[in-house]
Order: sequence, then C-alpha cells, then structure tokens
Amino acid sequence: TPAERANLAGVRHIVLVLSGKGGVGKSTLSTELALALRHAGKRVGILDVDLCGPSIPRMLRVQDSAVHQCDSGWVPVFVGQDKAIALMSIGFLLERPDDAVVWRGPKKNALIKQFVTDVAWGELDFLIVDTPPGTSDEHISTVEALRPHQLLGAVLVTTPQ
Amino acid sequence: SSSGDEALRDKRARILSRGLPKQKPIEGVKQVVVVASGKGGVGKSTTAVNIALALAANDSAKEIGLLDADIYGPSIPKMMNLKGNPELTPKNLMRPLKNYGIACMSMGFLIEETAPVVWRGLMVMSAVEKLLRQVDWGQLDYLVIDMPPGTGDVQLSVSQNIPIAGAVIVSTPQDVALLDAHKGAEMFRKVHVPVLGLVQNMSVFQCPKCKHETHIFGTDGVKDLAKTLGLDILGDVPLHINIRETCDSGQPVVISQPQSDA
Repeated sequence: TPAERANLAGVRHIVLVLSGKGGVGKSTLSTELALALRHAGKRVGILDVDLCGPSIPRMLRVQDSAVHQCDSGWVPVFVGQDKAIALMSIGFLLERPDDAVVWRGPKKNALIKQFVTDVAWGELDFLIVDTPPGTSDEHISTVEALRPHQLLGAVLVTTPQ
Repeated sequence: SSSGDEALRDKRARILSRGLPKQKPIEGVKQVVVVASGKGGVGKSTTAVNIALALAANDSAKEIGLLDADIYGPSIPKMMNLKGNPELTPKNLMRPLKNYGIACMSMGFLIEETAPVVWRGLMVMSAVEKLLRQVDWGQLDYLVIDMPPGTGDVQLSVSQNIPIAGAVIVSTPQDVALLDAHKGAEMFRKVHVPVLGLVQNMSVFQCPKCKHETHIFGTDGVKDLAKTLGLDILGDVPLHINIRETCDSGQPVVISQPQSDA
C-alpha cells in the first residue's frame, strides 16, 4: 500500500547483515559499518530485528532511550557523535533493558512488519539491518517485508571456526 | 477480599493455561537438563557436549543422551563426530546415533550439512516435537538438551512440552552476552524451569608463547550476574585453542584431554 511504501521510500539502499551462527559479530559489524558509512558522509539508519537479544542500543549507549510517535509513525532514536544515525530496536520498547522477549513466530512477524513499515526513517542512503542468529521467522519476515523496496543485498559474517 | 482475589487469579490462570500443551515426560528418560544462553556463540553446544561426556565419565553406569535442539545451526554432529541418517525401529521411532557412549539426536542427521533450515516457528515446533518424542531414547538417566540461541519458539516448545529438571545458562563475561543471558534466565523463570546455575565461558586467554593472560571478554561479568540473580557459578572455562580444535575435529576435550586445565 502507498502508506506502507512511504516510510521506506526515502531509503536508497538496504543491507542485511546475516550469519547463521550466533556470536560471530553481526551486531558489532553492523554498528561499525553504519558508523563508517556515516563517517564517509552518508545518511545512515540501523534496524535491529534481533527481538530476543537486541544488542545495538547498548553498543551505542542509548539503551535508556524511548521512542516517540509522529504522524508518519515511530520516530527512530538518533545516535552517533552528531546524532545523525537513525536506530530502531525492540530494546527501546521494553520497560526494562533486562526484560526477556519470549515470543513465538507470529508475534515476532507482526512486530517486524511494523518496524519496516511504521518507522519514519526519512531520507537515508543506507539502512543496515542487523539480524539474530539462525534462519528463522525474523529473517523470513524481514525479507518479505522489505521485498517491495531496494534490497541491496546481504553481508555474511563468520569466524574461521 | 484476598481469598476472593486469589480464587479469581487461580481461575484466570486455569483458563489461560487451557490452550497450552500439557507437559508429558519422555518415556524412559529420568532427568532432563537444558543448556541455554540467550546469546549466540558463547559455547552452549561445546558445553553441552562436554557436560554429557563428563556425566558419563563420572559414572559409567549412567546412560546419557544428548539432544541437539538447534534446528537452524546443529553443531552436535560435527562435535561428536557423527554422520548419517538415523535408522527407524519397528515402532517407527528414530534410533539415536551413538558415539563415546552417548546417544545423540540432531536435526543435522536429517538434512545435508550445508542445507539451511529456513522455517517459521510452527514448523520448528513440530520438528522439535519429533526430535523429543519420536526417538527411541531407551532408558536414560540424563538427557542433555543443547538449545539454540534466543528466547523463542524452540525454548518455549521444549519447556512447555516436557518437564525439565534444570537449566544451565552459559555466557561469556562480555556485557552484550550477559544482557542476553539475563534474558535467558528470565525466560526460564517465566516458564517455571529451575536454573541450576551459570557457566562462565571464554573467561581468560593465555598466550601459548609467553603465558600472559588476557581477559578478552572482560572479567567476572558472569560472577556479577550470578550474584544479581542469586545463582551459582557452575564452572569457569578459559578460552583455550584446544577446546575449539577438539570440538571442530569431533573429539571433545573431555574425552581427548581429560587431564588438561580446560
């Protein structure tokens, strides 16, 4: 729908960061990649779809931030030295950062769809999407929700083990 | 009145639990221990494999089983040096593959090594059900279950389906890992599974040349979390190249180097 397309309409490229295996450094790499792109002068956003273990807010020291609503949807939290990187994560929606998100697939799918269509990303050159380990609901839902948009591709992270 | 409130709460709990699956123990299995973490890559599979082997080594009379519930990234086949499709018994149950005296079952035996399992939660639930109940475990004293990372469908399915004697939570001392481990502990509390304690993995790295010790992932993070949650530290495992090498080659360190510090 036109409303669904609108929020991502200003995003030029979307990059997924995947791995399959857990603990290889996806979140770390996503954060560094976003900061590097910002350093190169690009407008960057990070979408953290790891619902069970959202690490990005802590890595950027914004774990205590809250999200607000505007008329086009949720306003992402702006991070980085110049507060210019847009970040959305379930970490901001929890009452306490230690709260566990113990959800089955359908509930996760619904939230991921909202993260994709209801966040007012604005004009971005790159949107980095950090995923959880595995090849499950979060991944299927994210790709499905992003299909009508410019999915540039995926970066695979692994360790030599 | 307080008794009226309690009656109301009980009634509500009963109504809410009607839709949930009933917990039924696996036939022949005395005690189930799950190894979980919340965070990926902290060493759950490595720990689960070595716990199973250590239990067997401590008491050779005990029968131990090892279930790899990580549907998306099954590591047990490689670590236990097992390959191949399980046979079926006359009752149509899968026969677990055995190595080092441990009966093992994993999604890895049912698919190609490089084939991804890109499934939604519902299919995963039914796969976990099969790996729990349609396996000819025989008489087991302990069944060690290696969980996948996260706090989602698999964890819920396992804890709602079978009674679990206890959960061991593995973490590295790193802040980001501890955050997820805390969530893992919280999850077990929600589904009423007792947490036996925490294992601090990758605590310190000793340089093989100069023996200098570096705490790559920080110090004592797990000890602090244990204190916060009121749990015991069950073990402290260093980051040692032997542990990784022996797992990669299918000869876990408890078997191949029982005397080492690791």
